[in-house]
Amino acid sequence: MKRYLMVLLTVLLLLSVMSFGKVKIVYWQYYFETKVKAIDEIIKEFQKLYPEIEVEHVTFPYESFNEKVAASVPAGTGPDIVNLYYGWIPKYVTSGYLQPLPESEFSEAYLNANFFPFVAKGVEFMGKRYALPIAVRSLALFWNKDLFKEAKLDPERPPRTLQELVEMAKKLTKYDRQGNIVQAGLATQPSGQGHHWIREVLTRQFGGAPYNDDYTQVTYQAVPAALKFYTDLITVHKVGYPGFMNDDITAFTSQAAAMNIDGSFRIAALKKAGINFGVAELPEYNGIKSNFASFWANGITKNCTGEKLDAAIKFLKFLSSEKVMELWLEKVGELPANPAVAQKYYNDPIYGPFLKGLEYAHATMFVDETAQRQVIMDAVDRVWLKGISPEQSFKEAAQTEQAILDKFWNSVGK
Amino acid sequence: MKLRHKKTLTAYLFLLVPLSFFAFIRFYPMISAFYISFTDWNIISPVKNFVGLSNYVNIFKDPVFRISLLNTLKYVLYGVPSVIILSLALALLLNNITKFQSFYRLIYVMPYITPLVATSWVWRWMYQKPPTGIINNFLNSLGLPTRSFLMSTTEALPSIVATTVWIEIGYCVIIFLAGLQNIPKEYLEAARVDGANRRQLLFRITIPLLNPVIVFLSVMETIIFLRIFTQVYNMSDQGSGGPLNSTKPLVLYIYQKAFKSFDMGTATAATVVLFLIILGITILQLKVLNKKVQY
Repeated sequence: MKRYLMVLLTVLLLLSVMSFGKVKIVYWQYYFETKVKAIDEIIKEFQKLYPEIEVEHVTFPYESFNEKVAASVPAGTGPDIVNLYYGWIPKYVTSGYLQPLPESEFSEAYLNANFFPFVAKGVEFMGKRYALPIAVRSLALFWNKDLFKEAKLDPERPPRTLQELVEMAKKLTKYDRQGNIVQAGLATQPSGQGHHWIREVLTRQFGGAPYNDDYTQVTYQAVPAALKFYTDLITVHKVGYPGFMNDDITAFTSQAAAMNIDGSFRIAALKKAGINFGVAELPEYNGIKSNFASFWANGITKNCTGEKLDAAIKFLKFLSSEKVMELWLEKVGELPANPAVAQKYYNDPIYGPFLKGLEYAHATMFVDETAQRQVIMDAVDRVWLKGISPEQSFKEAAQTEQAILDKFWNSVGK
Repeated sequence: MKLRHKKTLTAYLFLLVPLSFFAFIRFYPMISAFYISFTDWNIISPVKNFVGLSNYVNIFKDPVFRISLLNTLKYVLYGVPSVIILSLALALLLNNITKFQSFYRLIYVMPYITPLVATSWVWRWMYQKPPTGIINNFLNSLGLPTRSFLMSTTEALPSIVATTVWIEIGYCVIIFLAGLQNIPKEYLEAARVDGANRRQLLFRITIPLLNPVIVFLSVMETIIFLRIFTQVYNMSDQGSGGPLNSTKPLVLYIYQKAFKSFDMGTATAATVVLFLIILGITILQLKVLNKKVQY
């Protein structure tokens, strides 16, 4: 008995000696199984490379993300590196939670060399950069090859322009005797990805811009044609409507919608559902291509200083390395944020169109994404449910959204 | 120490647990909500700046708050009388049935014991337009025009009320049945001997004697409809309370301000307003409806 105790004590002593001198940093993210597994794997690789650093990986449900982080700040028990949605950066910075990435390690040149252009803008707040993504998401056009065949369209040729999109959508739409849509040519769901398409894609294609350069002023009301194009799909061409089959994802997955504009995060689910689908770049218009990109990024918290900060910088750089991005695409299915890595997959029939879209993508700087999404949802609803003109509706939307922006920018004193 | 004192002390000792539970879990958050409503707290910031009454001024300037307030009153106004009248009628009918009464009771209580999220989604699908919605497919097969239900700014709120009434009836029927079975048969028999017809029996004997039950249920149902949330959250697109805020109740407004916009000051100010409304209506109902009936 005594001997066992001695052995146990020796082992414990050895273990404590081994961990002595190690720097421990804490990484927080919300629970999403594939992401959690991927990060575990990445941490193992990282610790092989830097044996003196130990990374503790903590996860919690998505729903309690902000509450959890909020409670940990004053207590000083929070993470050193936190994974957060890029749209939350302003709030986290103004609440004194994140520290800017050290300029010496993450210079403009470093960002330009390693990331798509929209990333630098997306992680910047009032002149400083705060986080780096592993992977990004963008939009593309999904089309159902079987339904194309059925409508006597070439199943390998998706629409390339907005005009073609409308023509094909019309051919792909089916109605019952009363004129109800039973198969939508194109799913239109502003509450899904539709609001991004209107804001960052259609507005630019119709010759405008959704916001001014630093996202403090709403400017999309200058191009009501963008909203009109969208609502015409519902009211004039009648190829779909918001809420058809409950939502666009259900409609496309149950093969009741022939086309849909959706994000790269949908690929896995569609493959699992066994849909015979193709992916194409978003249709262009007036020779203008545009896309919307978004991402989750890793930022360093204020609590992290000294040798922990050095370790955190190393881990952050490792997380944004080419190797990790490749692993992330393979395991999680999200797109690499580095153009050099992305280029390797340009010929992939599924990932290619999303990756090409990243070249000309914009990451909207949201100050309150749910409220701003609601503004565009309401703009569409006012037109198709209330018969208000797109001009008037876009103007009202801009006023409401401007108030949201003003409130935020006033609160941070700009 | 006297025995009486000892007994009181023991009682307090045992009451300490539930009392402290109420103090910390119920009253402390309530008081802290009052305090937050005078600040500009954004959930993740460690500082709470005192801003006086400006949150209250702002919510009454906010058209969405006013719409939500109006919608909440509509839910109560449409919902409570419908639930009370329908469940009373059903209870009176069920009370006459002697065979399989418990079976019928079970059927009526089913919607109430089913999780609210599940019933909301089933109804959401039933309300869909063709080709998915059962109700519209039925109308369609009869050659009748289909309806928009949840996709219309005028039909969505009544559609959600209908679902909620369907759910709440189960609970109210059970309570009404219990109340009916408490009415002494002698009263009804005596009235019948005196030549009262069925109408008179109902309005002169049964309903007055059911008054305590009616008061209880109206208060409960009013509170339930004032706090309506789950149904709307699950039956509107992305839990938005749409289309165009036409179904958004106060609680959803509070939820969105607190946990989507992280504007805790505004959210708690709206909560305080809702608290005052519930308090006011409840006191009013107890005063007006609670008349003692003695025979």
